[in-house]
Amino acid sequence: MGVGTGNTVLKVDGVTKTFGGLRALDDLNLTIEEGTVHAIIGPNGAGKSTMLNVCIGQLKPDTGTVTFDGEVITGKQPFEINQAGVSRVFQTPAIFEDLSVLQNVMIPAIAHRDGKFKLNPFSILEKQDDIEGRAVEILERLRLTELMDKHAGSMSRGNKRRLELAMCLVQQPRLLLLDEPTAGMSRHDTNRTIDILKQIKEGGMTKVIIEHDMHVVFSVADRISVLARGHIIAEGTPDEIKGNPVVQEAYLGGSVE
Amino acid sequence: MKKFFANQWLVMLVFSAVILTMPIWLSPIGAGYPDLLQKFMIFGIFAIGFNILFGLTGYLSFGHAAFLGVGSYAAVWSFKLLTMNVLPAIIFAIIVAGLFSVVIGYISLRRSGIYFSILTLAFAQMSYNLAYSVLTPVTNGETGLQLERADPRIIDSLFVEPTEGLPLTNFFSLSLSGYEGFYFCAAFLIIGFFISLRIFRSPFGLKLRAIKSNQTRMQYTGFSTKPYLLSAFVISGMYAGLAGGLMAATDPLAGAERMQWTASGEVVLMTILGGVGTLIGPLLGVGIIKYFENIFSAINENVLMAAYSGLPEGLQHFLVTVSSPFVGEGWHLTLGLMFMLVVIFLPGGIMEGFDRIKRLLMKPFSRNKDAVESAEEGH
Repeated sequence: MGVGTGNTVLKVDGVTKTFGGLRALDDLNLTIEEGTVHAIIGPNGAGKSTMLNVCIGQLKPDTGTVTFDGEVITGKQPFEINQAGVSRVFQTPAIFEDLSVLQNVMIPAIAHRDGKFKLNPFSILEKQDDIEGRAVEILERLRLTELMDKHAGSMSRGNKRRLELAMCLVQQPRLLLLDEPTAGMSRHDTNRTIDILKQIKEGGMTKVIIEHDMHVVFSVADRISVLARGHIIAEGTPDEIKGNPVVQEAYLGGSVE
Repeated sequence: MKKFFANQWLVMLVFSAVILTMPIWLSPIGAGYPDLLQKFMIFGIFAIGFNILFGLTGYLSFGHAAFLGVGSYAAVWSFKLLTMNVLPAIIFAIIVAGLFSVVIGYISLRRSGIYFSILTLAFAQMSYNLAYSVLTPVTNGETGLQLERADPRIIDSLFVEPTEGLPLTNFFSLSLSGYEGFYFCAAFLIIGFFISLRIFRSPFGLKLRAIKSNQTRMQYTGFSTKPYLLSAFVISGMYAGLAGGLMAATDPLAGAERMQWTASGEVVLMTILGGVGTLIGPLLGVGIIKYFENIFSAINENVLMAAYSGLPEGLQHFLVTVSSPFVGEGWHLTLGLMFMLVVIFLPGGIMEGFDRIKRLLMKPFSRNKDAVESAEEGH
């Protein structure tokens, strides 16, 4: 492809995760190249979200390891993995509903600057120009500036999703994980999100995106992996995946296109 | 409101002026006497501290009176062993309560929600019962810890001749009875309020509010939330210790009943009544509850008769009969009704009431402002 740097940024190695009798992930192996947009597609219940949960430390795999940037991150706390440079947009927007939109973005900016714990009870928030400046800059990029002083909880679902994306981007993560970032969005909002995702390509950030909307997948992805029954059944460029008969049968066949 | 709080020195100036002139403006409603004023200050400090934990993080502690009690014991021991000067006693009270809250906080914060509340309640009740039983050598059990003539008072014995009766607490040469005691406590309340104001406006305060809003998101945003919660817990425990120390400073004895769960519940009521998570709300709650407890409870039928004296006799007797269950011994009834009304109609406490009144009054202006803004957007 020639898009990425050739370095591996995330490596999922033989990960298995069972819930009771269900094998959600079954000896999953996946390599994500730095600087690419890597889409993971697959039918419902294929284990896509479980995979992300393992990557961010929300779930511990039964066996196998996840390596980020050459370092094993399985068993680490979610905040340690985030501080290492992994941010995630959730399927249902996880934002601070009771705070203002600006504050929602300032908090991750502070996390990026201060690390996992810093007690600064006497510095004044409004005087932290660096933090506010960066937050405003990101909000401008996502066209949320006019909603800056609004209660985050009072916004539409689409705006909440964009806000969550802003919260992740302000941290300048090395790896951004997106769980169905356009689910429930209007066509207009979806296209806007595609534009944003293409725009932030320039930063050298690696993105892993789980998506059902094939329009989105084929617009943004450099590489696609197809997940079914807990393991990867096919991987390749968008064109390769489109023409792959196994994928046609398991996933694309009839139901989507 | 936001702009008003932006200038912290102006806020502090107004706040200090209001607090220090309390003896003047509270005397018309019968609350201008030193004993009650001291209570306002001491419980004000307690509630401000409690609000840093409950108001900002949403963690409802039902055991904060334990820290208040520990602070009182620590202060009285300082009077007994070292000196009658209150300064070391108060420092001692804050430190001991702080250490105590590190231990209780560390264990209780392993859980959240109702389980956290139950853990803190259990710890406080345990402390209360221990103070009555096993810890009698330290707490003097049911009698409570008191000063005795025979106390060593190591530092004082070097400088002062022992007096005939029990010595009095002092702040260097200043005595702490009456209004002096009030102003001494008021100084601490003002400092305590300033610290709380700074915490509310700091990144630390914002992080605590974010934990209240969505703790899981905080973890995925790169924050280790436990240390933040423990810091808030210990800070509020130290405020409680300071309040306990001041209680002992104005009246040098300490009893276990200060740690009982009803005392912990009282600060919860005060905070909710006034407005959780607001700077001023908890202080309003303290004012109202302490006023009811001390003034409303003293109203009897004779006072009511006098209040309705201008009316025809039949009506006067009727009104006295109707209102008497709500005053005197019945003050709890009035307070309970008020608390219910506030929680049902103003979940944000009295501060929310003020906010609504303000919005109602500002409505004509803000509509104009909106119109201007939308006109500007149109261009």
